[in-house]
Amino acid sequence: MSVYDPIHQISMWGEGFKSNGNLSASVPLIDEPDMKLDSQSEDASHGILGEPNKYDQEANKPTDKIQRRLAQNREAARKSRLRKKAYVQQLESSRLKLMQLEQELERARQQGMYIGGGLDSNHLGFAGSVNSGITTFETEYGHWVNEQNRQITELRSALNAHIGDMELRILVDGMMSHYAEIFRMKSAAAKADVFYVMSGMWKTTAERFFLWIGGFRPSELLKVLGPLIEPLTEQQRLDIYTLGQSCQQAEDALSQGMDKLRQLLADSVAAGQFMEGTYIPQMTSAMENLEALVSFVNQADHLRQGTLQQMSRILTIRQAARCLLALGEYFQRLRALSSLWSNRPREPA
Amino acid sequence: MDKVTRLASEKGVVIFTKSSCCLCYAVNILFHELGVRPVVHEIDHDPEGREMEKALLRLGCTAPVPAVFIGGKLMGSTNEIMSLHLSGSLTQMLKPYQALS
Repeated sequence: MSVYDPIHQISMWGEGFKSNGNLSASVPLIDEPDMKLDSQSEDASHGILGEPNKYDQEANKPTDKIQRRLAQNREAARKSRLRKKAYVQQLESSRLKLMQLEQELERARQQGMYIGGGLDSNHLGFAGSVNSGITTFETEYGHWVNEQNRQITELRSALNAHIGDMELRILVDGMMSHYAEIFRMKSAAAKADVFYVMSGMWKTTAERFFLWIGGFRPSELLKVLGPLIEPLTEQQRLDIYTLGQSCQQAEDALSQGMDKLRQLLADSVAAGQFMEGTYIPQMTSAMENLEALVSFVNQADHLRQGTLQQMSRILTIRQAARCLLALGEYFQRLRALSSLWSNRPREPA
Repeated sequence: MDKVTRLASEKGVVIFTKSSCCLCYAVNILFHELGVRPVVHEIDHDPEGREMEKALLRLGCTAPVPAVFIGGKLMGSTNEIMSLHLSGSLTQMLKPYQALS
């Protein structure tokens, strides 16, 4: 039965608008054509209206009944046409809405919003089972980015509107808590799959280019943000410089620790290669080394969070707000860059 | 535990580690970058290692290794040392113990 079948169409409209009360219950649409035929061809004494003796009373009565029935049919047909018109209008506006939504989605993607998918969903854990810890993280990360974007927009408006320090503090604290949230999420994800976190698999390609132990490098970020939060007092300038130095030193220490870990891992995988029966012990020590990776990722995140906290301590509330805004926008632009890059027109091979 | 307290007070900067622990290695590197030569005790090579590990945890260290003591006082593990360094306090504390270069 095709959708253009009139019976089908009639029942469709009936389906859609019963609840609107447009249909009068006493006139079932689908029976309409039949009733029309009946009223014309049938012997009036069969009593469509169930009153055969009425025919005997008045000569005009059957004609009146027929007239009434015709009028009712006309009315029903009119209502049916109106319903059809309303239904088509609804379809048209839905189509427009869909087009609008698609455009918004594309725009949002270009602005760097995280819109699910686009990730290699190959998180097979041991025995090929899907790693639920990672899928949870990815879902939550999508929400995190959307909330981040919302907070950035709010902060931008607030700064442009020159709101007071008290209100600004609330926004700043909110953003700092939001960052604390991502670090908590990463910690849980690292326990589920440390390699996933180490490789920054949830990040866009441009963000991954700057990866250092599963995230951004704090000292680099200070160099980028520093000029954007001028003017600073001399003391602030000195404090930020010192913070940058400390970050750099801590990063170097952790990086060297990571190098040592890689060395140990390589050695334990290679050890005993020519000795039969020693496979398992070597793998055990290799597994222990991988456990240590989790602590490194946690330490790196601890450094990131610590840097943010120190910055908010050194800066005034207004400077801290501008700093957090600059930080958020920086990552938005990186994400947008990834999107632009992957969508760039390519020469045909 | 006496041994731990004794060793911790022997020199200005003392770190208890395990030979396989890469975070311990990282913390040691950091101290070297700050111009300090800590005394390192590898508890996995110490016959009383297990006792020492328990003692360090009892003293309040978040992880048994690395356990950092400055001036005989427990400063904490990697987390605490990193926080102290970011706040600038670590450099201050290490001043008396920095090697004359």
